Amino acid sequence: MKRIYVNEEWCLGCHLCEYNCAFANSGLSDMALALKGKPIFPRIRVEDGEKISYAVSCRHCTDPICVKSCIAGALSKDGDTVRIDGNRCVGCFTCVLVCPYGALAPGENGVMRKCELCLDNACGEPACVKGCPNRAIVYEQRGEA
Amino acid sequence: MKRYVIIGNGIAAAGCIEGIRSVDGSGEITVISEEKHGVYCRPLISYYLEGKTDLERIRYRNADFYERMSCRVLYGRKAVRIRHDRHEAELDDGSAVGYDAVCLATGAAPFVPEYEGLDTVPRRFTFTSLDDALALEKAVGPSSRVLILGAGLIGLKCAEGLSGRAGEVTVCNRSPRILSSILDEESADTVRRHMEKNGIRFMLGETVSRFEKDRAVMSGGDTVGFDVLVTALGVRPEISLLEGTGAQTGRGALTDARMETSAAGVYAAGDCTESEDVSSGRKRVMAILPNAYMQGHAAGVNMAGGSEVFEKALPMNSMGLFGLHVMTAGSYEGETYTEKTEESFKRLFISDGLLKGFIIIGGCERAGIYTAMIREKTPIASVDFEMLKKTASTAAYPPQMRRKMFGGVV
Ligand SMILES: Cc1cc2nc3c(=O)[nH]c(=O)nc-3n(C[C@H](O)[C@H](O)[C@H](O)COP(=O)(O)OP(=O)(O)OC[C@H]3O[C@@H](n4cnc5c(N)ncnc54)[C@H](O)[C@@H]3O)c2cc1C
Repeated sequence: MKRIYVNEEWCLGCHLCEYNCAFANSGLSDMALALKGKPIFPRIRVEDGEKISYAVSCRHCTDPICVKSCIAGALSKDGDTVRIDGNRCVGCFTCVLVCPYGALAPGENGVMRKCELCLDNACGEPACVKGCPNRAIVYEQRGEA
Repeated sequence: MKRYVIIGNGIAAAGCIEGIRSVDGSGEITVISEEKHGVYCRPLISYYLEGKTDLERIRYRNADFYERMSCRVLYGRKAVRIRHDRHEAELDDGSAVGYDAVCLATGAAPFVPEYEGLDTVPRRFTFTSLDDALALEKAVGPSSRVLILGAGLIGLKCAEGLSGRAGEVTVCNRSPRILSSILDEESADTVRRHMEKNGIRFMLGETVSRFEKDRAVMSGGDTVGFDVLVTALGVRPEISLLEGTGAQTGRGALTDARMETSAAGVYAAGDCTESEDVSSGRKRVMAILPNAYMQGHAAGVNMAGGSEVFEKALPMNSMGLFGLHVMTAGSYEGETYTEKTEESFKRLFISDGLLKGFIIIGGCERAGIYTAMIREKTPIASVDFEMLKKTASTAAYPPQMRRKMFGGVV
């Protein structure tokens, strides 16, 4: 399947992907209105190491441990995509406890938000990929399944 | 056509059904369900009382689940015996269901010790099922004084669930420490203080010596009046059906990694089992939902002739209590690394060059990175542990390892 991959050598650590993600998922059409002066809850996060930075979002695992661990039946696999039903999530953080990538975090209302590849929002393709100034984030099929 | 019988209709059963169907689309599945509900999220019964879920959303799977999986469910029926010599499960109505493979997915039942005068208490409840929650919903009103015995996960979640409905909620516990099976003294204090701020009263280090209708006489001599009593003193694996099958048991059902017991064709999964804790190497009952699902799934796949193992069982838990998140995993042995503030607490346990366990309260971001290190036994020498102990981040992994993990070019 196609996944989002990040080339750490090219990642500038600019955090633009976080803003693009939060904006794409805000449902608003004005970026300033959506993000300015507000805490943002992106579904992709830049990890800043000492010498490196790279963005992390859901890997859409073939065998996702978050789905199997969700105590609310809110996470599920829909085709190749791991989805969350925000209406069922109770914000217990069990998925945060089990995800080895650190790819889930709560949204503004305390329920979990995760990358769903911009399938449902107006962007139509991963906004982080589209807006990455150095093309460090790509959406492609690689060797493994 | 293969015949499968699943005893119990909880999370492990749901995993088992999905496991069977991932291999065998046509075999006959019969689920024996003592509870009259389809599979629901048992851990959410306290959220139901809080109004954070409802009878529709609490379903673990959509309403058409059993139809989609073409399963027959016998609601309100209890299995009373497994006649493994005849490959039959006998039910409480005298009927029997034949099987080629059976899975014990009976969970764990609340344990209620004998107290003098307990039978004089008119309104007493346990808190492990949706029916318990529905009964409490009826019994508790704005002026009710609720007494909860037991300050484990179930007792505290019950206290939280009822706090908005009841006049007062008191939790009484034999141990001076709340959540004593998953927290140490300091971390337990942090959680207790937070709950007290939210109106929960604690009576710790005390036991009830006898009940008199609506009063509990405590070991210290005090009496506590109450209107509603909830006993939350732990659960015990429900394994009585394995008697006579030849399946070995400890405190729970013993299985191999394929979830088959020592009686060929008899499988077991979920809270009724005991397995080896990967962090300590010791056998224990790990009554948590993720294990139940994964064990059930593995059992189902193997029952249907496929191959799946469940290994690396780890005790772990994540719970919110009045907005404070408490995460724990693994075992608490070895040296510790601790960070503390007024509202947050983090303690890592390190031994034999491995991360063995943690207690994190408050800042829980990306804790799964720690959990994975415990589960995979990643040597701490292979990562930048100085960085990692402060912040859970894969940035502390060596590039090679990280790139492999994220599927990047090495
Ligand atoms: C209040 C509460 C909060 C919890 N919170 C968490 C949490 O935050 N995180 C977590 O990981 N876990 C939590 N748990 C534990 C979690 O619910 C269990 O680990 C999980 O439900 C186990 O699934 P199971 O299928 O093994 O058993 P169960 O879900 O208990 O299902 C077993 C079913 O079998 C039925 N049964 C038993 N005997 C028979 C018989 N002879 N015939 C027919 N049917 C029978 C029972 O009635 C029951 O419906 C919580 C539990 C409770 C009660």
